[in-house]
Amino acid sequence: MNERIDVKKTLKLYINGAFVRSESGRSYEVKTSTGEFYANAALGSRKDVRDAVKAARDAQESWQQLTAYNRGQILYRLAELCETRRHQLETELSEIEGLSPANAKREIDTAIDRLVWYAGWADKISSVYGGHNQVAAPFFNFSVIEPTGVIGIVSESSSSFLSLISQVAPAITTGNTAVVIASQLNPVSAITFAEIAATSDVPAGVVNIVTGDYHELASWIAEHLDVDGIDLTGIREPEITKKLSQLASVNVKRVLSHHIGNTNYANEPSRMKFWTETKTVWHPIGS
Amino acid sequence: MITGFDVAEVTRSDESLRKFLDSLPNIDKVGLEARAATLASRSIKTTSKQAFIDLAIRMIDLTTLEGMDTPEKIHTLCAKAMHPDPFDLAVPSVAAVCVYPDLVSLAKTHLRDSPVQVASVATAFPSGRSSLAIKLSDTKLAVEHGADEIDMVIDRGAFLAGHYYSILEEIVEVKGACGPAHLKVILETGELQTYDNIKKASWIAMLAGADFIKTSTGKVNPAATLPVVLEMLYAVRDWYRFTGEVIGMKPAGGIRSSKDALKLLVLVNETLGTAWLDPNRFRIGASTLLNDLLMQRHKLLNGNYSSSRYVTID
Repeated sequence: MNERIDVKKTLKLYINGAFVRSESGRSYEVKTSTGEFYANAALGSRKDVRDAVKAARDAQESWQQLTAYNRGQILYRLAELCETRRHQLETELSEIEGLSPANAKREIDTAIDRLVWYAGWADKISSVYGGHNQVAAPFFNFSVIEPTGVIGIVSESSSSFLSLISQVAPAITTGNTAVVIASQLNPVSAITFAEIAATSDVPAGVVNIVTGDYHELASWIAEHLDVDGIDLTGIREPEITKKLSQLASVNVKRVLSHHIGNTNYANEPSRMKFWTETKTVWHPIGS
Repeated sequence: MITGFDVAEVTRSDESLRKFLDSLPNIDKVGLEARAATLASRSIKTTSKQAFIDLAIRMIDLTTLEGMDTPEKIHTLCAKAMHPDPFDLAVPSVAAVCVYPDLVSLAKTHLRDSPVQVASVATAFPSGRSSLAIKLSDTKLAVEHGADEIDMVIDRGAFLAGHYYSILEEIVEVKGACGPAHLKVILETGELQTYDNIKKASWIAMLAGADFIKTSTGKVNPAATLPVVLEMLYAVRDWYRFTGEVIGMKPAGGIRSSKDALKLLVLVNETLGTAWLDPNRFRIGASTLLNDLLMQRHKLLNGNYSSSRYVTID
């Protein structure tokens, strides 16, 4: 009797709703926490980043123009699909990243609950942070919350799935689109998330995931004129976040980083608010 | 193999033209497409890219051929043609603007004494469906208003019906109406169905005295595909070999990215040599391509990726 040969999954990039190999043709080995081979993953290049940013830019306007209610529904759908694949997610966290089964379960619970929490925020944030301002003159004065645009995200290695949700959800809830550099060490749950996004109602290009080395890729995002904000939470080296923040000044990007000290995962809406712009309109009161 | 021919003899009658066109060797479809694909995969060094981008900009016929063209649209088009990047005057101007005949005088006014030429479509563009008299008066309107170049369309219905000689005669008449203006003949390759037809149409246009042969109107898909461009470049090459005359080539339609333009120039260089890497011999009909070239130029000069938000919409 022949022994069955294992079918190992190759992890591909997720760009514009499609799973593609790296333009560079490169790949690297993903290992489990005990050092065993798990899979080959695409090692993204600057051109993959460029393609991902283009996809995110092209998708941004129509994503923003959906009703906030509809965006909320889509996020909720994403949470539903994470729930149906929670066994896979928990297994990946425990078998590859080495969490205890109980911790893995707790992380997935938290991540899915957080996604639902953001889904609820989609059509409420404009009322909380925007609205009708009182002014001492004969004008209507409105503040409207608008998305910042395209957000580049460097994902964290620890608690990879929960971190990913905590970084991506606040960006896309308000109508931004995202380009994520997944953790090079633990990219598996990010690609599983891409598979979930691909089979949910999230339009192509709203979330793009590139696996690879942020030391090589992050500067291309930081300097890219089509990116409006960067989330550097996944980077712990102060000198790197500082350099990337400086590069980001080329078009005055918004920057979240440990270096600046504004990275907070707590369940409160400030992280979502960070990726918005407030437009205030003065309008004369008619007779 | 074409073994030499006499233009006067070939164009003498319907019969002699038909006999000549039938003697042209058939196109090897698989070979043509494979050759185009091979040339398209060439990679270019960064140092050459800089030169390529400026050359491609100088080759552009910056085009607007819409029913909704306003005088202001022509104004902005002309401004962009002269100074594609208003923040960097080192960017060369494009070869020409391409507009409808009634907008030629307006374009002329805006371009003043700049080297940018005015090209006008004519002969009942884009369908070519009208009487010869109307096509000729359409051409004269553009020339009288100062058009330097005329982009005419052939009658594809007549071509597909096999009336090759009437097409030849029509091009000769339009060429006569052009006076000093250069004549580009649009084959509308997307409607000619086969590579052999495109080859025949190229030869008819060259026999009739075209200064340029051009792929498409931009109103039909597919337009300037790489095999079609390569095939027309072969026709230009053969014409040059047998007559010593230089015919220009202009792909148009669907050329949007710098990469598309780069592939075209590789085809030109490999087929006709560096002599044809010249705006007098090769043009690219495009509108959005210019923005992408400007963004690539930014990338080469500054090292970071640009955004379409930093170039003009039109």
